[in-house]
Amino acid sequence: MPTYFEKKQLVTPGELLAEGDYIAGENSYMEGNKIYAQRIGLADAENKKVNVVALRAFYIPKTGDIIIGTVIEVGFNGWTVDIKAPYTAMLRASDVLSRPFKPQNDELSQVLNAGDLIVAKIASYDRAHDPQLTVGEPGLGKITRGQIMRVTPTKIPRVIGKKGSMISTIKQETGCQIILGVNGVVLVTGKTVEDEELAMMAIQKIEAESHTSGLTDRISLLLKEEKSKREEKKNE
Amino acid sequence: MSTLLTRVRQKQIGQLIDAGKRLDGRGLTDYREFTIEEGLIERAEGSARIRLGKTDVLVGVKVGTGEPFPDTPNDGVLTVNAELVPLASPNFEPGPPDENSVELARIVDRGIRESKAVCSEKLVIVPGKKVFVIFVDVYVLNHDGNLIDASALAAVSALVNTKMPNYEVEDGEVKIKAGDSPLPLKSHPITVTVAKISGKLVVDPWVEEEQVMEARMSMAINDDGNICAIQKGCAGFFTPQQILEAAKIAQEKAAELRKKLDW
Amino acid sequence: MSEKPEKLIDKKGIRLDGRKADELRPLKLQVGVLANADGSAYIEHGKNKIIVGVFGPREMHPKHLSQPDRMVLRCRYHMAPFSVQERKSPAPSRREVELSKVIREALEPSVFVDLYPRAGIDVYMEVLQADGGTRCAAITAASLAIADAGIPLRDLVVGCAAGKIDDTVVLDLYDAEDKLGAADVPVAIMPNLNAVTLLQMDGILTPAEFETAVGMAVEGCKKIYAMQKEALRTKYMTVKEEAEE
Repeated sequence: MPTYFEKKQLVTPGELLAEGDYIAGENSYMEGNKIYAQRIGLADAENKKVNVVALRAFYIPKTGDIIIGTVIEVGFNGWTVDIKAPYTAMLRASDVLSRPFKPQNDELSQVLNAGDLIVAKIASYDRAHDPQLTVGEPGLGKITRGQIMRVTPTKIPRVIGKKGSMISTIKQETGCQIILGVNGVVLVTGKTVEDEELAMMAIQKIEAESHTSGLTDRISLLLKEEKSKREEKKNE
Repeated sequence: MSTLLTRVRQKQIGQLIDAGKRLDGRGLTDYREFTIEEGLIERAEGSARIRLGKTDVLVGVKVGTGEPFPDTPNDGVLTVNAELVPLASPNFEPGPPDENSVELARIVDRGIRESKAVCSEKLVIVPGKKVFVIFVDVYVLNHDGNLIDASALAAVSALVNTKMPNYEVEDGEVKIKAGDSPLPLKSHPITVTVAKISGKLVVDPWVEEEQVMEARMSMAINDDGNICAIQKGCAGFFTPQQILEAAKIAQEKAAELRKKLDW
Repeated sequence: MSEKPEKLIDKKGIRLDGRKADELRPLKLQVGVLANADGSAYIEHGKNKIIVGVFGPREMHPKHLSQPDRMVLRCRYHMAPFSVQERKSPAPSRREVELSKVIREALEPSVFVDLYPRAGIDVYMEVLQADGGTRCAAITAASLAIADAGIPLRDLVVGCAAGKIDDTVVLDLYDAEDKLGAADVPVAIMPNLNAVTLLQMDGILTPAEFETAVGMAVEGCKKIYAMQKEALRTKYMTVKEEAEE
């Protein structure tokens, strides 16, 4: 029984991908014995599993994900956080304050206020409840410096690269610290604004050209070129 | 408060229908027993009340006068409104018409209007200036399923029952005289709703069946057996074959119902 | 006001706008036209011009409208005051309320609502210029916008109408034909699943004419479906091509 697409073919929702002895993988579904695409993306098959790598998707929380979010509301016993997902997340006061929490004495807005950015981890999430966050691990907490950019969540793995090769290249060439939230929010912290913008430009390029090959080398080349351009400008 | 069906009940209804049966013993294409009472509201120029099973709908017709629409200066005006009165169901709330009552009114309106049931050219008093306005108000008193067919039947019955006042025009003024005459009608559309449940086509869905149905199709059939209005409803689908099958069922049922009505 | 023309379709089978009985009006589709919306699309179908913005899935407001086990789809079909011959009040008319409902019921079967409980999707359709068949065009654009937002779908939904003018069943009526003709049958379908999700009719048709009209509308839908897929591919393909240069 055949598949009806070429490897990495661009497919649209509802497109018939395969018939017969296959299983529906990522972004595809089965109706009767036919497999159809659910999202726009590139179709592929691994043995009997038909997958679509979505070109456009939104973030769905998973326990353990590191994400970057914005506090939108200070409540009675915690904060509501926008994590760029269909559901807002909750960060409990008890998670942040290391001592017992007294609502009448503690002013939560002084710890975290609306508009603050945080790096957090999804502590728990299931169908029936909004995601719960935790900042009780090293590297998590309020963000005080750097620039934020958004990347389609499905492209984050490409920004990381094979064994982190892509992201290491960018960090090296720009000297920036980069935190990639699984939810598609990225924090870039560098010594200068130019360094940060260079890193951001590289990441944007990766997002735009994610399904091409030789990208790591091109990015490395681009970064080196931009840096030497800047050196020239300085010396003028 | 709501009357959500338990999953067990939903499954039961689906399984029965799959086997060609319904909870009240009806066949898949059987209507419930119904009675229509005419002329019960003397204040209204026409009225009718239908009881289709436990679904209870009262339609009142008021005749007024007014200006014709600018693009139809020689036609009277017909307007249909529907109220899902809160006492009819624990799920109905008071307030302005919601999308369900707007849809119900427009479906009933379409059946009457497109079949040209009302001889609107005979409703002109002073061409271009003054015409009769027929107000049809659908009042749902108890919701036990299939409000569309019940309302449509009651609406046409009410129109059949409607008496127009006799009048004469003196110096551009309309003067009401004694006596009345029946509202001129040239067609009597009947609307048949077919629901899709468990892949089968079911006629006259009752309220619990409506909670399980995937989609519904309402078709208005005129005296000649032609189709004059269709509305598919609910977030499900029909295959093109099911649509043609539903059309056939609608025609058959409309003919059957027509024999039972003394219009 | 112009006079009513004697015939809407002549002896040679040519309509007042030059089309044959089974010909579609020209169509243009664009995906991803609004920067703030999660998904968007624009359609020109004949003189119809409709823009659609989609937000979601996101938290529902007000919360009591959300469902515990599924996503809620909200649709708003609205006509701009300048979209029609006589200026239309911006307040929603009963027709817009009904169309918003039937359009939602046409789009919902394509959405996997069980995947995102408690969330909601808002689909806003604005008719900027109207010339008959707006609900079908709105559905075609809305489905693209929903796909553009990355929301998983069973299939795209595509709309097209057929009807009867003089004594001929024709495809894709424009406003004059709808007003002066004998019947109009708007249809929307998920083509790969053979599922009709919108079907309405006004006018008078014999059962045989109705069958012809439905068949014609479904064929018209399939032609437009190919254009929908092309519009989606165009948006994502240009990115791919630029990268490969």
